[in-house]
Amino acid sequence: MNDLDPRPVYMDHAATTFMKPEVIAAMAPYFSQYFGNPSSLYQFSREPRKGVAAAREQVAEAIGANPGEINFCAGGSEADNWAIKGAALANREHGDHIITSAIEHHAVLHTCEWLERQGFSVTYLPVDGFGRVDPADVEEAITNRTILVSVMTANNEIGTIQPVAEIGRIAHEHGALFHSDAVQAVGAVPIDVDAMEIDLLSLSGHKFYGPKGTGALYIRQGTRIESLIHGGGQERGRRAGTENVPGIVGLGRAIELATADIEGHNRRIAAMRDRLVRGVLASIPDTRVNGHPKERLANNANFSFRYVEGESILLSLDAHGICASTGSACSSGSSEPSHVLLAIGLPREEAHGSLRLTLGDANAKDDIDYVLEVLPEVIGRLRRISPLTPSCPRIPEVD
Amino acid sequence: MYTEKVIAEFTNPENVGEMANADGVGEVGSPTCGDIMKIYLKVEDGRIIDVRFQTFGCAAAIASSSMATRMVRGMTIAEAWNLSNTDVLDALGGLPEPKVHCSLLAPDAIRAAINDYRIRRGLEPLETGSGGCCGSHPENG
Repeated sequence: MNDLDPRPVYMDHAATTFMKPEVIAAMAPYFSQYFGNPSSLYQFSREPRKGVAAAREQVAEAIGANPGEINFCAGGSEADNWAIKGAALANREHGDHIITSAIEHHAVLHTCEWLERQGFSVTYLPVDGFGRVDPADVEEAITNRTILVSVMTANNEIGTIQPVAEIGRIAHEHGALFHSDAVQAVGAVPIDVDAMEIDLLSLSGHKFYGPKGTGALYIRQGTRIESLIHGGGQERGRRAGTENVPGIVGLGRAIELATADIEGHNRRIAAMRDRLVRGVLASIPDTRVNGHPKERLANNANFSFRYVEGESILLSLDAHGICASTGSACSSGSSEPSHVLLAIGLPREEAHGSLRLTLGDANAKDDIDYVLEVLPEVIGRLRRISPLTPSCPRIPEVD
Repeated sequence: MYTEKVIAEFTNPENVGEMANADGVGEVGSPTCGDIMKIYLKVEDGRIIDVRFQTFGCAAAIASSSMATRMVRGMTIAEAWNLSNTDVLDALGGLPEPKVHCSLLAPDAIRAAINDYRIRRGLEPLETGSGGCCGSHPENG
């Protein structure tokens, strides 16, 4: 950002993305021209109905599913809640055990915790230092009472990609359903629900340049699942409520664009990301990169800077027009850092010093240069304030 | 979510750094909690003539440290002991509710430094009433 260009340097694409002009253009007619309710019988509702059907095909195509297996909802959190509660409640006569991982999004973890209070038992699998679930741990945890395994496709904080196909195979060998939260993965990891042995998959429109408040749950044909939202017969009776037609149309167009050339997109983004990581490591000592060296989302860079706290990094970057995020949450007196960073074994003080930069289509080469110019200065300033920085000779403690 | 005053204090804090020949040093918090505050005092005739701080923590913690050190400079030891987190909060124009606990650290660190000063002079430390770290304050609920 400079005086001539007031736009911030946006490096928080894992939080949300801007909407592509093509997506907005695709949605526009459905706000006014084609505003009809798809459930109405008159001809005027044909266009909105066709729009929803086309979007269903676009989503199905993007993940290797059939259109009839795509169910629209209001976002990733709803899709996760639906998948896990719906599968647990529909299959409780077969068992009461769920397996998930310690690094899932809170939409999964808090849903599992809620199910524990309803009498289900949940195993939270650990991850290795890179944030990977070991499929052997799934094999070990699974019992004949296990009805559902839920492991995310890729992690939102550190970007680690999970061995979902192996985990799906193990779940199926034991007659359990497999759910994967692919909210961060769509457009970055090629998804084929058959090859990955996924029965339930959550996705969210605003993570891939689509509209907020839109999402979908893939439900493999024949999967037993309860509904969360009861009412009218929309989504073939599975999710009541008048369809968010413009949103659904936008989601469809966005996923089509996002999955058209995943490899090319990743190459471009990873080149910028790798330069960012190299530059940061070269210019800021006592820094570590969190996550997997190879099996990670192309756009994700997650650092821990020793001796400083994440929120103060964030606000300092904000003062320079850089949008980023941190796993340090100093709030409500609890100051509990990110569960993901703790799960990969980071000491609390390093988890508190984390910074996540997630690149996307809003970024260009200049943004990397700018961050590499600002960040060392920001960390240096905060380290000069911090009593933990070792270059300051410490005054002996008086007990 | 922060007031402009807090952001300004955080961006340009005063009294940052160590003090070579401090008469009293106090440190509260812990790295596992996500905030540590260290205060150095220089005392002459019972009055604080110089003060420095070092803080590991969020913007609220750094802004509170800076503000509190500016406030106690020139105070008598007794006045500084009575500085409350409400005084710091008021001077900052308030903090968002989840961040209020951060303002407790500064008075705690100042009291710890005053007690260190007392101990060095052969006096009994005074009762502080709180431990300084997250979770140890009854106000945190």
